Amino acid sequence: MSTAQLASAPPSGSTIARAPRERTNSWPLVDRVGYWLCWTVGISLCLIALAIVLFMLIKGISYLRPSLLVRSPAPSQVQSQSGGFLDPIEGTLLVAGLGTVIAAPLGVAIAAWLSEYARPAWLARTVESALEIIAGAPSVVLALFGLLIFAQNFLGFLSQRAASGAVYGRSFFAAGAIMAVLALPLIVGATREGLAQLPDRLREASFALGRTRATTIRRVLLPAIRADIATGTVLGMGRIIGDTAIIRILLGAALTIQPVGHVPLIGALRGTGSTLTSYVYENSPAGEGNAPQKAYAAAFVLLLIVLFLNGIVTWLTNRGGQSERGGLSRAFRLIPYWSRLNGP
Amino acid sequence: MDPMMPPPVRRIAIDRDPYVAPPRSTGNGATPATTIATRLRAPRAVSAHIRERMRVESVWLAYGDNWVVRDVSLPVRQGEVLAMIGASGSGKTTLLRSLNRLTEITAAAARSGQITLDGQDIHELEVNDLRRRVTMVFQQPNPFPMSIFDNVAYALAERPGRGGRRRRRSSEIEHAVADALHRAGLYDEVADDLERSALRLSGGQQQRLCIARALAAEPEVLLLDEPCSALDPISTATIEELIVELRDSVAIVIVTHNLQQAFRVADHVAFMHLGELVEYGTSTQVFDQPTKERTRDYISGAFG
Amino acid sequence: MPSRSLSYTRRWATGRTDRRVERSLGALAVVVLVFIVAILATVLVKAWPSFSHNGLSWFGPGGNVDTQIRAMAESKPLPGHSIYYFRAWPLIWGTLLTTIFAVLIALVVSILAAIFLTEFAPPPVRRMLDPVIRLLAGVPSVIYGLIGILVIASYIEHHVISEARKASVAYVVQLNGKDVMTATLILTLMILPIMVAITANAMAAVPLSWREGSLALGVNRWRTIWRVSLRTARPAIVAATILATARALGEAVMLAMVSGGRGFAPNLLDGITALFEPVRPLAATIFENSEGLTIPALAHTVYAIGAVLLVSAALLSLSGWASKQRLKRYGIRA
Repeated sequence: MSTAQLASAPPSGSTIARAPRERTNSWPLVDRVGYWLCWTVGISLCLIALAIVLFMLIKGISYLRPSLLVRSPAPSQVQSQSGGFLDPIEGTLLVAGLGTVIAAPLGVAIAAWLSEYARPAWLARTVESALEIIAGAPSVVLALFGLLIFAQNFLGFLSQRAASGAVYGRSFFAAGAIMAVLALPLIVGATREGLAQLPDRLREASFALGRTRATTIRRVLLPAIRADIATGTVLGMGRIIGDTAIIRILLGAALTIQPVGHVPLIGALRGTGSTLTSYVYENSPAGEGNAPQKAYAAAFVLLLIVLFLNGIVTWLTNRGGQSERGGLSRAFRLIPYWSRLNGP
Repeated sequence: MDPMMPPPVRRIAIDRDPYVAPPRSTGNGATPATTIATRLRAPRAVSAHIRERMRVESVWLAYGDNWVVRDVSLPVRQGEVLAMIGASGSGKTTLLRSLNRLTEITAAAARSGQITLDGQDIHELEVNDLRRRVTMVFQQPNPFPMSIFDNVAYALAERPGRGGRRRRRSSEIEHAVADALHRAGLYDEVADDLERSALRLSGGQQQRLCIARALAAEPEVLLLDEPCSALDPISTATIEELIVELRDSVAIVIVTHNLQQAFRVADHVAFMHLGELVEYGTSTQVFDQPTKERTRDYISGAFG
Repeated sequence: MPSRSLSYTRRWATGRTDRRVERSLGALAVVVLVFIVAILATVLVKAWPSFSHNGLSWFGPGGNVDTQIRAMAESKPLPGHSIYYFRAWPLIWGTLLTTIFAVLIALVVSILAAIFLTEFAPPPVRRMLDPVIRLLAGVPSVIYGLIGILVIASYIEHHVISEARKASVAYVVQLNGKDVMTATLILTLMILPIMVAITANAMAAVPLSWREGSLALGVNRWRTIWRVSLRTARPAIVAATILATARALGEAVMLAMVSGGRGFAPNLLDGITALFEPVRPLAATIFENSEGLTIPALAHTVYAIGAVLLVSAALLSLSGWASKQRLKRYGIRA
């Protein structure tokens, strides 16, 4: 088959037109109004987010001093000068750490069961709907439940006892445990998404080599979705860090960490304290103290932590060329699982 | 040879070993070197009302920097079926899509040359107006997830009513829907329940529904992009008959890589290869006496 | 789901260890079920005395909620009533006002935003909107509350509410910027991200062939979006609304800071002024009374409020989940 010489380009002098953007001038008025409304909304959202970040940035930088980060809260007449929020930061870390440590293995296990076994089917559906209910439950109610549970006698070792023998029920253990419930749906959701994206041929290949399903999960599937599990965990951490209601109810209004007993970590976990969120609340006009400057500073640190976690999620979901569908990133598609991310 | 007589029966060389080159005719060229389908082409009168509807003049089309269609000029006439044939990548689908400016959906498309509809440059017309006058049926049937009636009536709500009224009243729409379904040959099969979801129809029925939907707006030109490639032979035959029936009222351009289909259906054939228009002529001309060697090779199955 | 297509391998790959692992993993999953049942049971049990003493009028109007709570806290029952006397209507009304307004506004805004995100935004803007929405979803509610109370509430108090308006209701209540309007605005912002995300995901999953088919019939892009994409994404929008409502119901901290802190039931007959009157939604009430839970009467009442919230949220979450299942019909995973 002979290939003749192909003409290479239009003769010079002829105009080459590129595809024009759809001109909306010809649309009916209603449609044009809608088009511009969409643009307005889109740009406004960006501006609002920018405004929030900038505002917190300005206020935070003006009130944040390095000393605040390393000193404990101290009562004083001049609230704006004294103390810092070292304890709340430690409290945040304690709660987030404990909550994640409990929720992550549990969440991955449940997700693996839902995705790979899911027998009998009615049980799987029930568990799914139960997870939805947990995800939608107001955290105040979860906190109330926690109070009931941890005030029971047999769990007295997790907090402290009053002189009368009644269990106080409030401690980092309690808060952390309930926080784990908050983070659980996120971890389960992200892990399930990850498992669903894995092609069946991975599983088939492993079975064809004689491996049991359990080994396949442990050796093949879970390592393949490490990024998704990490994403879910980070999202869970973000949710835990952002929650105030559970802290207030299950940790009380103390500002400093009060350990119970003398064992280093366990004592702190048995005791009460505060986290950044409750610290911000207490220092705001709604709380006890009236030190908005400290509230701003602490809120700024809190926001930085959230931005940092969001950044990690972006980095995790962009690695390995995660699929984009219609221009929406993978992390964006996970938002419905975080349906109540910032937590009441 | 009398153009009204059917051409002699030819047999397709489907049993031939694919690795053996087809025998070439040596010499005079009076013996046709091509072998085509067995089915007799039904004798068809050339339509009496042929008028030119669209004209493609020296059109170049590109995606990005890659020129996909090079210097193509064609007429599109009402009263006849124009078939565009060629291998994959020959640019025939791109050319088809440029006829109703669907290429503009892709941001990186570029063009040069002129395409006119009834004398007017289509790029000066309002694009949605153009697409109502030049409608398209796609390769995969794509009925909307609505009822049959709503599918066919979809384009009708947009078209300004006759006499300058903005909207048609409901009885007009019902009439127009029934009309379109008749023209598409689907009415009898679905008339009992037009509110059924269109997704429940069979593949052939869905494609005819798409044709009905395209016809409902009473277009002047109907573009068909390999409409039968996803269908079984019986549905294909039904749709091909339909196409031939419609040619008097609508100018039809069909892109197909099925040579037998082009032979059965078309009055004029345009063969494209690597973006160039290699040969254009009546179907008997192109299939029986192709003037270019590339055409001969393609039709005999040497490549494709 | 992979498990369905793997049924042929399931029979093949079961062994003793596999069954053991399956059972233990299943047991962990059942823990979730146990948890839900436990929380429902314990909260309802603890809430029961409050309901039994008040009957159905627990939900009705009858006096000042704040006085009733104070009476319980001080163990001094109001004259003529038991210590459990409680009429939650003002709280319920406050919850309804803020939630319904927020969800309605968020519905409209989220549809427009989703259309913008999937159809009109140029790629650089789209890449920017993505982290923006995730940011809005991730900001802790206490920060929203802080900005609300220090910025928005004071702005509204000083620049939006006129003195005349304040005077018109001064004999009943003080308008200080912490009210229905502020609460609704911020609540809308908080539930927007999830609605936008679900709607945009569903719209992006609409097959290109439908959109192309519509454009090829001469329907302009805006109408194509409404008649094809949005129509297909309608179940997703329903699911998003339900889930957003559940989210709005459960919001406690931000509302506690910003909505006024008084168990006041705005009278809609006041017109626009009603928007500037304080409320205290249910979840915020629980949050603010979390200190006094050692007093039995108060504890039972607070748990009763919690029970109402829990049951409502559970019902909403279940219907949201059920409607998300419907999306699978189109193969759209929301």
